[in-house]
Parts: sequence; C-alpha cells; structure tokens
Amino acid sequence: MARKKRAVPEINAGSMADIAFLLLIFFLVTTTMDADKGINRKLPPWDPERPIEDNPIKEKNIFTVLINSNNQLLVENDYADISELRTKAMEFLQNNGDGSCNYCQGGLRSPLSSDNPGKAVISLQNDKGTSYDMYIKVQNELVAAYEVLRNNLSQQRFGKNYSELTDEDQFKEIQEAYPQVISEAEPLNIGG
Amino acid sequence: MQGHIKKKSKKEMPPVSTASLPDIVFMLLFFFMVTTVMREVDLKVKVRKPKATEIQKLERKSLVTYVYVGQPTKAYEDKFGRESRIQLNDAFASLEDVQPFVIQERDTKDEVERKLMTVSIKADKDTKMGLIGDVKLQLRKAQALKINYSTNPASSAAELYKPY
Repeated sequence: MARKKRAVPEINAGSMADIAFLLLIFFLVTTTMDADKGINRKLPPWDPERPIEDNPIKEKNIFTVLINSNNQLLVENDYADISELRTKAMEFLQNNGDGSCNYCQGGLRSPLSSDNPGKAVISLQNDKGTSYDMYIKVQNELVAAYEVLRNNLSQQRFGKNYSELTDEDQFKEIQEAYPQVISEAEPLNIGG
Repeated sequence: MQGHIKKKSKKEMPPVSTASLPDIVFMLLFFFMVTTVMREVDLKVKVRKPKATEIQKLERKSLVTYVYVGQPTKAYEDKFGRESRIQLNDAFASLEDVQPFVIQERDTKDEVERKLMTVSIKADKDTKMGLIGDVKLQLRKAQALKINYSTNPASSAAELYKPY
C-alpha cells in the first residue's frame, strides 16, 4: 500500500510532569526513612572445647548484676533499683583500689571494689524468665555508665565528647582508659 | 502615586515558565529512587521495640541481617498460638533455622565485608530472655558475633526508670 509521507508530529511533553509526579509520590510513600537504631553488642565466640576457663579475675574486680524472672535486680548481692544501677556501676569502675588510675575522679578507693578500670569486669546474668525490656534497660544503664566516664575523660583531655572524637589515637586512648567489658553468663533457670 | 504603581504592575506580568518543572520533579524522583529502601518483609510477629538512651545507628544496611522475635500477630494467632516465635525473612522459623539462615546470609555478602555483618535482633519488649538467649547462642554458633538490639530512642533516662 502506498502511504503518504506525513510529518511526524511532535510528542507533547506536557504530561511528563504528571507522570513524574505520580512516580515521585509512589516512592515517597514506599520509602522508609527510619534509620535502624539500637544497642551494639559483641557476643563471645562459641567454643565448646573450652567451656570453663581458669578464672584469674579477682572477686573484687567483678561487678555482678543479676536479673531474676520478676525483673528484679541484684547488684553486688544487694537489691537495687534500675535507677541506681548507673551510679553503682560508675562507682565500681572508677573505684581505683590500687591507685594506678590517675584519671579516676572521686574514686572511693574501697578495697572491696575494682583495682582499676582496666581490670574491672561487669558480669551480667539473667534468668530465662526475665523480660527483654528489662534486659535492654540494664544493658542500657551499663553502657551508659561507661559512656559517662568516657565522656568525662574525653572532655577533660580533649574538650570533646567521646563520640565526637575524630582522631583515631585519641579515640583509642579513651577506649583503653575505660575498656568496656560486659560479660554475660548463660541464663539461669532459677525462677524466683 | 498609587495609580502610577498599579499601571506599571499591570503592564509587566510574564507567566511563570513551567518548562523546567519536569526536570525538578525528575530530580526529586531520582533522589527518592536512590535512597528508598523497600520494606523487605511483612512482619508476622508483633514487635514493640524497647526503649533505650545509649543507641547507635546501624550504618550499612546492606550488611545487616534481621531476626524478628515476638508473639504472632492477630492474623496468625489461630495457627501459631500466642507463644513468642522467631521470624526470619518472610516466614516463621524454629530455633534450629537461625544458624543456617545466618550462615547463608553471610555467604551472600562480599567476602571482604563478611566480618562487618551485623545481626539486628528486633524483639518485642515482652519476650522472655530464655528465647532471646537461645537465639544468641545460635548466633554464637554461627560465628555472627556482631549484634544489635534494635530499640527506639527514649527521651530521657528517667523514662526508663518507671516501674511496670
């Protein structure tokens, strides 16, 4: 069939904006902007060969926190409220029992508490019936205790908060001054 | 005086050119297309995150694997009861599935970045720690040691001290 040659009409781009808007609204609606946030933790490696290690840590260098199935706290063999935990942990960490910690402010230097922050270990044990909410609160308080001490030291030495330090060496220095050691034992099933 | 100004404004009133509107919209569109992360799973378990103050952002989303723990939602209550369950990807899973799942997820990541893989535990606040502890043990066995307890930010520490 013979066809007439016609001039190709120009495509109307007027509706382009509408199409783009439609797509834009779709992506706006489906997008999830909420950044995932949480408490970062590191688990100990699983090693069934070596279940119990020789425990060279002295009793006084361990800060024990127990949570029972009624979400009650036992801190260093005393009942405690969650609101006291942060202060108690901080007192323990900067106790400075052997006097080797020259940056520990207001250390109580109690012979029954930790020698220095480098040796201090926080031991956390929960029951199988403990609620996750309580567990997170306790974790939060313990992490906060370290954070407050690190921030204080960092402010004193560099005039900045710990999390705002950009220099790798300074960051390490503070980290080593207050090493975060929170050890978690296997959960008990004692009920109560 | 007034009349004079009116006259002037009447004279010059060019229409706003909308020719560049598609370009602007396209620019926005590309921005959202690039930044968007599609909701990857439908939650089959109820997850009401606990609150905390000492929270950190999860940096690399592509390196994060999620484990959901909580009671089945209403729609699944008949089938699965009210006992807290684990959800991996789109399905309910048992405890034994956690380890192979994490290992399989790790294998999909770039070899250099495998060490950086984080497992985010999104658990309901009323979950018992027995189940979470079991999940943690499975993660340890799978050598996935970097974990993150997913929480919502609390406005202040005092908010956390309120009794139940």
